[in-house]
Amino acid sequence: MTRQEAMGVLARANREELHDALDAWPEPPQSEALRGPEAGMIMLRGRAGGGGASFNLGEVTMARATVRLSTGEVGFSCVLGRDLEKAWLAALFDALWQSEAEAVDTRLLAGIRNRLDVEGRQTAVETAATRVNFFTMTRGEDE
Amino acid sequence: MYVAVKGGERAIRNAHRLLADKRRGPRNLPDITLEQIATQLALSVDRIMSEGSLYDRDLAALAMKQARGDLIDAIFLVHAYRTITPRFGFSEPLDTSKMRVERRVSATFKDLPGGQLLGPTFDYTHRLLDPTLEGAEIDEAARAEVTDEDRPMPRVTDLLGHEELIEDDGEAQEGVEIGDLTREPLSFPADRDLRLQALARGDEGFLLGLGYSTQRGYSRTHPFVGEIRIGTVDVEVEIPELGFTVSIGEIQVTECRMVTQFKGSAKAPPQFTRGYGLVFDQSERKAMAMSLVDRALRAREFGEDVVAPAQDEEFVLSHSDNVQSTGFLEHLKLPHYVDFQAELDFVRRMRHEYEDRAAQENKEAAE
Repeated sequence: MTRQEAMGVLARANREELHDALDAWPEPPQSEALRGPEAGMIMLRGRAGGGGASFNLGEVTMARATVRLSTGEVGFSCVLGRDLEKAWLAALFDALWQSEAEAVDTRLLAGIRNRLDVEGRQTAVETAATRVNFFTMTRGEDE
Repeated sequence: MYVAVKGGERAIRNAHRLLADKRRGPRNLPDITLEQIATQLALSVDRIMSEGSLYDRDLAALAMKQARGDLIDAIFLVHAYRTITPRFGFSEPLDTSKMRVERRVSATFKDLPGGQLLGPTFDYTHRLLDPTLEGAEIDEAARAEVTDEDRPMPRVTDLLGHEELIEDDGEAQEGVEIGDLTREPLSFPADRDLRLQALARGDEGFLLGLGYSTQRGYSRTHPFVGEIRIGTVDVEVEIPELGFTVSIGEIQVTECRMVTQFKGSAKAPPQFTRGYGLVFDQSERKAMAMSLVDRALRAREFGEDVVAPAQDEEFVLSHSDNVQSTGFLEHLKLPHYVDFQAELDFVRRMRHEYEDRAAQENKEAAE
């Protein structure tokens, strides 16, 4: 898993998952804030027709943070929503991931991925049950 | 001239207190929670996000509660929040071809790859009020195996694209600045990027009326729903410090591709044209209306005569923002005493002149 992918999973964590993983972390990491956590918005973009020229669709709330561990690693986070604590913890785990990827993966990311899979599968099977097959019928009026 | 009005502080304070009391309603009933609003009145919350132009369910639910369910007032609250919140940047364009689809229908292709999925729709309901709904036990959703049939799910317009029977999306031009009407006041003529932005946040009722007017013949385009899809898409942003893009979460959107009347000229062979709708969350009616109006507004591009309101970009874009509209309309009820007094004096004066003239004419006639 790349750092890019790990950050994508951290962005989908909920605050409890991050908290629990931090509480269970063997040695509480020492860290300082370089930026934030702070909340704001980003402008979302779409494409005309779905694949054409870009346009501004509307904004979405976002929180971000940058932290530095006492061991030197710098972690970033950008997450949808306004949860500053979540942004802070996500940045912290991004920093930890850089030296302890495997531990972050087994202690935290695997559980989040698992939950996301279950949620995604539920939506998919519920949607699949609404699959429809339309058919057209010929009526004999023209004969 | 602006003349301030003073007084009424206590009345205003008490009116707001009364409002808060009415909003809470009978105290023997539980206070409605934001979670209940966000989940059980989801489509109203969706509309607040779409027209408030800010994707945040919790804020939209709060706005709905604060506005006592008045959607336009709730949208107003969200607009106000947006204007005082810093903007960090932009997302990469959403890729709707990678949507995790929760609904997808086409009125033009019966057997399209990926199939048709009705999802949670009101279509085919009888629209009869159901008195048993209150307090009823509701069955869980049915489930079915996800098969290969379900994916991939190409965009409908790509199916006809290779025969060039339908216009393509056009090229995304590099380095062109994308118009943003939250930063620059609208000016005309407006390009399609600005028009789509205005329509995406425009009032659903206004767009519905305009879209309907095109169906009734005010700039007829003979539309077909090529495809409607609803589902979640990833939001990706570039992190400059890291030099790569990160997926920072997902949002739900509704997308409508409307296939409209074919068109050809001496130079271009006949082909179907298209209108596009993209709206936050589940908001199919608005996405459809948006795509009709988008197509009508492309009149200039296709060399069509501008003969109907839906084709007139200045008319459409200047009146699609319901916060602007409601602000100007509702200001009429605030004190205009001095303005009105001036008008009253003026009418009195004209009235006197009229009466004097009439008396003079009578006198002359009598002589």
